[in-house]
Amino acid sequence: MLNTNDILETIKMIQEENLDIRTITMGISLLDCIDSDIDRACEKIYQKIMKKAGSLVKTGEEIEKKYGIPIINKRISVTPIAIVSAACPGKDPVQFALTLERAARDCGVNFIGGYSALVQKGFSAGDEELIRSIPRALSLTDHVCSSVNIGSTKTGINLDACKIMGEIVRQASEMTADRNCIGSAKLVVFCNAPEDNPFMAGAFHGVGEPDCIINVGVSGPGVVRAALAKAPNANITEVADIIKKTAFKITRMGQLVGTEAGKMLGVPFGIVDLSLAPTPAVGDSVAHILEEIGLERCGTHGTTATLAMLNDAVKKGGVMASSKVGGLSGAFIPVTEDAGMIDAARCGSLSLEKLEAMTAVCSVGLDMIVVPGDTPADTIAAIIADEAAIGMVNSKTTAVRLIPAIGKKSGEELDFGGLLGYGPIMKINPNSSSKFISRGGQIPAPMQSLKN
Amino acid sequence: MKAVITVVGKDTVGILAKVSAVCAEYSANIIDVNQTVMQDLFAMVMLVETDRLSVDLGVMRKELEKLGEANNLKIHVMHEDIFNSMHRI
Repeated sequence: MLNTNDILETIKMIQEENLDIRTITMGISLLDCIDSDIDRACEKIYQKIMKKAGSLVKTGEEIEKKYGIPIINKRISVTPIAIVSAACPGKDPVQFALTLERAARDCGVNFIGGYSALVQKGFSAGDEELIRSIPRALSLTDHVCSSVNIGSTKTGINLDACKIMGEIVRQASEMTADRNCIGSAKLVVFCNAPEDNPFMAGAFHGVGEPDCIINVGVSGPGVVRAALAKAPNANITEVADIIKKTAFKITRMGQLVGTEAGKMLGVPFGIVDLSLAPTPAVGDSVAHILEEIGLERCGTHGTTATLAMLNDAVKKGGVMASSKVGGLSGAFIPVTEDAGMIDAARCGSLSLEKLEAMTAVCSVGLDMIVVPGDTPADTIAAIIADEAAIGMVNSKTTAVRLIPAIGKKSGEELDFGGLLGYGPIMKINPNSSSKFISRGGQIPAPMQSLKN
Repeated sequence: MKAVITVVGKDTVGILAKVSAVCAEYSANIIDVNQTVMQDLFAMVMLVETDRLSVDLGVMRKELEKLGEANNLKIHVMHEDIFNSMHRI
């Protein structure tokens, strides 16, 4: 029979340390829904999503019941809509967003991702129209998430797209200013976007993926912290080992749920995303893991080193535990979604500059950061370019999800409620980057040798 | 399939009997029981076969959780595979 201690450990992880399956996300290809008649295309999209994901939520709930583990979110990602909308020139792409919203509501999922465009090397037909429509699409829908890939290691960074995205992020906030600027919280700007990411707001179903697939994201910062709390005097090698072992266990659960969900839905199981995804709940914080290791406050000197170790150990443990790993895979540091990050930002220990350094060693980027409402679009574009440069040079995914808090200044706070959390408005550098951003063009792809 | 029932709480008379009674009521066949008392804390792990369960596993889980609350115990019912996958390679 199983070891009693092992069993009690697992129960404690779920009951007290917030171990859960963060999301099961169904990726659905919409390539076979492309039609030059936008009404027909939308109808095909709706029918396909309902056919594939109609029972996703019910299946998720059945798995929860069967195994006794919470599955927090059930979500859908679809082919980047810019590819679909390209066949309908001159038509308003927001119609696709409304279709996705209707399908998401009828399926009962929390979010649907894929109102996206991939423009790392330039705009093809439909891309710019779709990007320009993002703020409107996000203000008219509740469940639709949007992402735009503006750079990659192979192509460099599309600076024209950066400039546009600076404006789009601002507009997304402005158009939802009456709802705590929620629009920009559903919009991610990527460099090296993964095609199988189950996490929102950046999930979309890549064109290289199968027709339909199930991806799983697990969560367990609380479990890692609790494991470390039992070894207060371990050296850092031992700390890394503890994290590895814990990540292994967490990931095994994701693998089990993903395989089971795939089987029940008759859809192939894609990947487990090995991310430590925090929530604003007490005891579910990545910052608190770093503080457990020995930082007085997250954001102080030593944060980048501990985070690098944490991120690497999570991957090493997780890779062993799952036959298929992908997505973003790493430790997330979304500021407003992490109780420890919120506290660190409030007391001034965590700055935007430090966060930028942290993103060089972990997934996924400048995530859920509230900036002053008067931040110019070009400054947002420059922040996006900086972050994309880190991703481009380091061959990793980086993303930017900034929320300009319209009508508010640095020091005030913004509260989204729920998983998106709340947070203080962070200080940004007041000096202009307009000239650089307005130059436009493409930052060339970086050297892959002579690395220093 | 097999489910693992765990019972943790203050040791009192008749815990095993009460839990077994619920299992019997719903036709859950008890395969193995392992119990220890650590200081004052009672911890019992029970492996049951649920193939011939007369109700949905969720119903039995709720019933056991209710029993736990009434007796100041924490009772959890989980699928065996969770533990197998987490603790065995």
